[in-house]
Amino acid sequence: MTHSAMDAAARATPPNIARRIRGLSDRTIAWLFVAPTIFLLLAINIFPLIWTVYLSFTNYRANRPNKAVEWVGFENYQNILTDDGIWANMQATAHFLFWTIVFQVLIGFTLAWLINKKFKGNDLWTTLIVLPMMLSPAVVGNFWTFLYQPQIGLFNYAVEFLTGTPASSFEMLGTTTLAPWAIVIVDTWMWTPFVMLICLAGLRSIPDYIYEAAEVDRASKWRQFWTITIPMVLPFLMLAVLFRGIENFKMFDLVVQLTGGGPGSVTELASINLKREAFEKWRTGYSSAYAIILFVTVFGLASIYVKALNKVKER
Amino acid sequence: MKARYLAASAAMALVLGAASGARAEGELTLCWAAWDPANALVELSKEFEEQSGTKMNFEFIPWPNFADRMLNELNSGGQLCDLLIGDSQWIGGGAENGHYVKLNDFFDANGISMDDFAPATVYAYSTWPKGTENYYALPAMGDANGWFYRKDWFARPELQEAFQAEYGRPLAEPKTQLELRDIAKFFQGREIDGQTVYGASIFTERGSEGITMGITGALYAWGFKYENTPGSYDMEGAVNSPAAVEALEFYKSLYDCCTPPGYTNAYMTESLDAFKSGQVAMAMNWFAFFPGLYADPNTGGDKIDFFVNPGQNVQGSTLGGQGISVVSYSDNQEGALEYIKWFAQPDVQAKWWALGGYSAHNAVLNDPGFATSQPFAGDFLEAMANVQDFWQEPAYAELLLAMQERMHNYVVAGEGTAQEALDGLVADWTEVFKEEGKL
Repeated sequence: MTHSAMDAAARATPPNIARRIRGLSDRTIAWLFVAPTIFLLLAINIFPLIWTVYLSFTNYRANRPNKAVEWVGFENYQNILTDDGIWANMQATAHFLFWTIVFQVLIGFTLAWLINKKFKGNDLWTTLIVLPMMLSPAVVGNFWTFLYQPQIGLFNYAVEFLTGTPASSFEMLGTTTLAPWAIVIVDTWMWTPFVMLICLAGLRSIPDYIYEAAEVDRASKWRQFWTITIPMVLPFLMLAVLFRGIENFKMFDLVVQLTGGGPGSVTELASINLKREAFEKWRTGYSSAYAIILFVTVFGLASIYVKALNKVKER
Repeated sequence: MKARYLAASAAMALVLGAASGARAEGELTLCWAAWDPANALVELSKEFEEQSGTKMNFEFIPWPNFADRMLNELNSGGQLCDLLIGDSQWIGGGAENGHYVKLNDFFDANGISMDDFAPATVYAYSTWPKGTENYYALPAMGDANGWFYRKDWFARPELQEAFQAEYGRPLAEPKTQLELRDIAKFFQGREIDGQTVYGASIFTERGSEGITMGITGALYAWGFKYENTPGSYDMEGAVNSPAAVEALEFYKSLYDCCTPPGYTNAYMTESLDAFKSGQVAMAMNWFAFFPGLYADPNTGGDKIDFFVNPGQNVQGSTLGGQGISVVSYSDNQEGALEYIKWFAQPDVQAKWWALGGYSAHNAVLNDPGFATSQPFAGDFLEAMANVQDFWQEPAYAELLLAMQERMHNYVVAGEGTAQEALDGLVADWTEVFKEEGKL
């Protein structure tokens, strides 16, 4: 704003308001502006968090308003951490998390590397590849249940075509050995484009002159890839891993739609189990403790990871 | 805590109220599951609208989400529903947590007698504590889990001959659970009219109540009891008795031998789809669907017939069905009670049955022409004479989910043995009842 414009604005301010504002310090005015946001943050984020921590030490059930609430100390935490079923859910979550990230990083980076090459139809391919991540997880889950259908599913027929295994002889969602992989495949299909886009941004941020200098130094393509491409894309790749890691740790909708946590409990991820405890069994105190444990786990792991990411960026 | 809960409930109710929009005075909202009988009820209620001048609104929720949605509504003190046709298992929680209005005084004042309704339905849908004369609902929709089959396939001479040769008896409606499995095995993988067909579609669903409702059909036929002494919560030796183990092993063998491929998470809809698409020879489902199945142009009419859940050691069927309750958070309880008064009339109940609803009123059920009024009416009467229901305790959701998990783990995922599954179930249920202070 120019000096004259500021003068005009000052003149336009009614004298009584101007007098009042003139009496306030800059700090007070700043507080007045941020107060609504802080209030909302406290009401929507901080208070529920503190309330959840409190509930986690009680036997409170939201569906039993008439029942006395007792302070149970660390009993909920102890019960959760010694429950074999919950460790099985954690293992299922870890399996899902690990393999989705491995596949998404490998395929996502490969696709980004290929798309980064100049070729005809480059933009069309990029658009087609990113389509799955535009879809709703509920829709994706629903139509993959059809693709996995042993009698009519295209996935089973594709496997039959490629391997000769009869299509109706295996059930991706119905057998305990295949179902954990079935959910990994669908999540990889849906979210690899996201990793690809981030890697593509990383690849395109590498200036051409670095490769030209390497060419002058007669560095092989292989050496250029390992000493230029990978180190320079690594911060982007790590960021993609962070995003996907946090997302998949709390994965719910896609897997519920695909398997509902079954068969048995082999695909019952921690978040699905938490929802059942909180809103189907109504064990509010217990599930609050469960939520706190998950929160601390993901927050702790993410913090360590972010420090590592910062170190990589500094290099 | 109570004050905080109330405050939270009030806030939620305010939000829900705002979201659902203000309801005009003289309107009633009835909540139920979205299925065939709900459509019949809409039709039936038009008469009430004409007579009372009250506008009826309906909130029908698909079955897989029905319990979640409605229990959330009740637990938050929501005012969406004035009337709720809630599942029989909710009666304990509805009564103890103050969600349902107690109807005794209203019944007395209006001459509505529970003696006019089938005793099994009054016991299951209306009373809490069980068997006492404390009524929180009027029996609205009698139901049980039954079976239907391809009568036209059963009648084919070549199949009759092949079955006779293999099993030494005619191919006919099974009289026992083991006979049912023989028939299912006979049809499994058989080519009929150039299409591969399968034995039976049974309930295997994991998320809500499906596999439990299917398995209890077998358990009850083997004489299953929840407690050694009713009301004692003494489950050891009853829930995991040798007969219960045998029944559970039977259900798993039926699942393993005779269901269509990919049938790992199937409930009502999947069962109907499997039958209507001509995939299976037999299917289990609730009687509520039978009018629709009979009317189906492709697989209904003379192609279908029905039978009651076969016994094994005893006769027994899994109870379905619901009672109609007045929600205590409703601001139009008077109107809701008027609806119940109208609905309880014998002539309205007769129309209810004629439209496709399953009346529990004795005037309808004891009518000489009832058993022959529909091809499945006689089976319905037979089933309702031997029904058994799941726990109706306030903690029913936890009890149900524990059973869902144990049963799905054993039957579908193939983990452990039937004995281990039932022993585990006793342990889970014992823990729940201990937490409830009942053990």
